Amino acid sequence: MSGLEVRNLHVRVAGKKVLRGVDLKVEYGEVHAIMGPNGSGKSSLAYTIMGRETFEVEDGDILLDGESLLGLSTEERAMKGLFMALQDPPQIPGVRLSTIMIAAINKRLGSTDLTRVRDPSIVKRMYKLAEELGLTRDILQRELNVGFSGGEKKRSELLQAFIVDPKIVILDEPDSGLDIDGVRKVSEMIRGLTDQGKGVLLITHYARMFKYLDPDRVSVLIDGKIALSGGPEVAKLVEDKGYAYIRSQYMARRG
Amino acid sequence: MAEEAVKLREDILKGADSPEILGWLEKPYKAEIELKGKISRSLIEEISKIKKEPDWMRRLRLRSLELFNKLPMPRWIIGIEEIDLEALAHYVKPEGVERARDWDEIPKEIRKYYERLGLPELEARILSGLVAVYESETIYAKMKEYLQRKGVIVLPLEEAVQKYPDLVKKYFLKIFPPSDHKFAALHGALWSGGTFIYVPPGVKVREPIESFFLIGRQGEGQFEHSLIVADEGAYVHWIEGCSAPRFLGYSFHNGMVEAYAHKNATVKITTIQNWSRNVINFNNKRGIAEEGARLDWVEGSIGSRMTYVYPSTILKGDYSSSRSAVVTVSKGPYIKDSGSKIVHVGAHTRSKIINKSISAEGGVNVYRGIVRIVRGAKYANAHVECDSLILDSKSKAHTFPHNQVDEPTAMVSHEAKTGRLSEQQLFYMTSRGLSEDEAKSLIVLGFLDEIMVELPVEYANVLHKVVQLEFSELGAVG
Ligand SMILES: Nc1ncnc2c1ncn2[C@@H]1O[C@H](COP(=O)(O)OP(=O)(O)OP(=O)(O)O)[C@@H](O)[C@H]1O
Ligand SMILES: [Mg+2]
Repeated sequence: MSGLEVRNLHVRVAGKKVLRGVDLKVEYGEVHAIMGPNGSGKSSLAYTIMGRETFEVEDGDILLDGESLLGLSTEERAMKGLFMALQDPPQIPGVRLSTIMIAAINKRLGSTDLTRVRDPSIVKRMYKLAEELGLTRDILQRELNVGFSGGEKKRSELLQAFIVDPKIVILDEPDSGLDIDGVRKVSEMIRGLTDQGKGVLLITHYARMFKYLDPDRVSVLIDGKIALSGGPEVAKLVEDKGYAYIRSQYMARRG
Repeated sequence: MAEEAVKLREDILKGADSPEILGWLEKPYKAEIELKGKISRSLIEEISKIKKEPDWMRRLRLRSLELFNKLPMPRWIIGIEEIDLEALAHYVKPEGVERARDWDEIPKEIRKYYERLGLPELEARILSGLVAVYESETIYAKMKEYLQRKGVIVLPLEEAVQKYPDLVKKYFLKIFPPSDHKFAALHGALWSGGTFIYVPPGVKVREPIESFFLIGRQGEGQFEHSLIVADEGAYVHWIEGCSAPRFLGYSFHNGMVEAYAHKNATVKITTIQNWSRNVINFNNKRGIAEEGARLDWVEGSIGSRMTYVYPSTILKGDYSSSRSAVVTVSKGPYIKDSGSKIVHVGAHTRSKIINKSISAEGGVNVYRGIVRIVRGAKYANAHVECDSLILDSKSKAHTFPHNQVDEPTAMVSHEAKTGRLSEQQLFYMTSRGLSEDEAKSLIVLGFLDEIMVELPVEYANVLHKVVQLEFSELGAVG
């Protein structure tokens, strides 16, 4: 299969079981939205796909274009085309937003000098994308996530996703903390990612983005399991009935 | 050619574990004279005789020896007890080498070190003068001609003792008296090789003057002495660099820098220390600033097994100022013990201390700075900034700042930050496609940004590259 595939994924973090047999697919050119209550394992799923070491895979597999990623480091997964925009990215004092993007690009161009701009057109692109995302230029020269507002963090994560040009983009709550115009803008930009042929795994609590980007699939993660999966109608069900209802339906189905 | 020179410097500096370019020491260059054993009166007399010193210098050495025997081993030093002073060669004169003014006059076995370091090219391109010290002797000293016409002096210290005794006598061991501590006394007794720089009133030496120290054998003590004097309104920037090839045993470096900035003069001192991992590096650095003068230190301490370095300034005159920026990198099981010391004596004196340490792979950094404001230093102002970056859980940084303020109108402020690289930060950076080491090198470079801008471009580039390579290759070479 082309795209990202997660099979029967069981994961533990700090001794705690957070995923209990997750199956899902993200195909190129589509948005697969994941919803679910707080603590249900959404971020854990994203981290595990990205290979964060603290998340220990106990069973199952993660594949990109049919190839298992399990033995690979985070760096290697990123280089194979995965990108994750974090729900709450950490501050990196001393490293500017532009610096990390230039380093990421240089790395992909095979350069050993990570800091010198090799392709000047990149700087123009950074400015243009920043503007489109509603960021001012000066943020590029600021230390990564240091003093960034909630909305600036989200937009800067998305900016990096565009600059790095991955195959699969995992977005962990890119809409939380955004103002109304921001939600719209960011949703449209996310659609732009799939228009470029990328696959998007979109973690969100609210269906408000779906108005603008119309997800191809929606799955609901509850207690580390996919309790329901389908089209946009699933989002509607979540909005109307809430997670307790979906959980009880799921339990009933499983007997 | 020039590109190549900088490249070579990068190469040498990059091998912080042990300067790769100099490689393993195959065979030390032959010594014409080597003095070893007990540090006795007769040994000191012998050194003084070899150097054909005037009597005042001989007596100064002997007085230092007495102090050395009397003074207790400093308690605050850790790790130095493994040095067996009796086993070291205290004076090593390379065979057939007199002070040269042309690289061609230097035996090729020694010249190759400096060539690999790219020094002759750097000299031609960006330096006002260059002094090279090998083992215990200054083997090369030269400056641009126009400076000579302006009365600037750049000489091996021994030569200055002969030619300008009154000038040397005025400052030598007066700024840093041998009575200060045991190792200062030892230095006073055994000093050999080094640099004398004098800039006459009003003369501004635009391009830096560099001294480069090499230790070419194990079991050696190097005791070079640098004396930098800027007369009224003068300006000089002196750069010192050090390196050594790898050898099996250790060597001991116990150098001294004395600086004097007369009224309204500026002295800038930049050190890039990259000894190989066999060198125990002890430094004695002190300067005095007269009225309106400025004395700045930049210290980048990367190599060595252990380093003890405390650039110190006495702000003697009113309105004098000092800025001291020290960067120490301890990567691996090594220790850097550092800290700037400033004494405010004059009124309206200002100082700023910036200390940045990076600890990785079990490295330890210790900061031990002192700000002293004596009574009468009215409206003195001191600011201290200590930043420690710790890259993993095995590594450590300790900060022991000390302020002693006896003047009520003075202001002292202090900021300390310790950043430990977290798993989350590392994950974040690697999720952008960087390796852990690349991530670390970016973080380290960012951490050092504010110091990099202080250095001449060539040296900033070198340091930049060094850091990038240093951390990019963590574990890659092993
Ligand atoms: N490093 C960790 N140590 C201990 N527990 C953890 C760790 N990371 C996650 N957990 C726990 O795992 C569970 C799932 O967390 P996760 O962050 O994946 O939830 P989420 O679905 O993303 O929630 P939210 O909607 O609030 O972002 C939670 O109970 C959380 O406390
Ligand atoms: Mg989450």
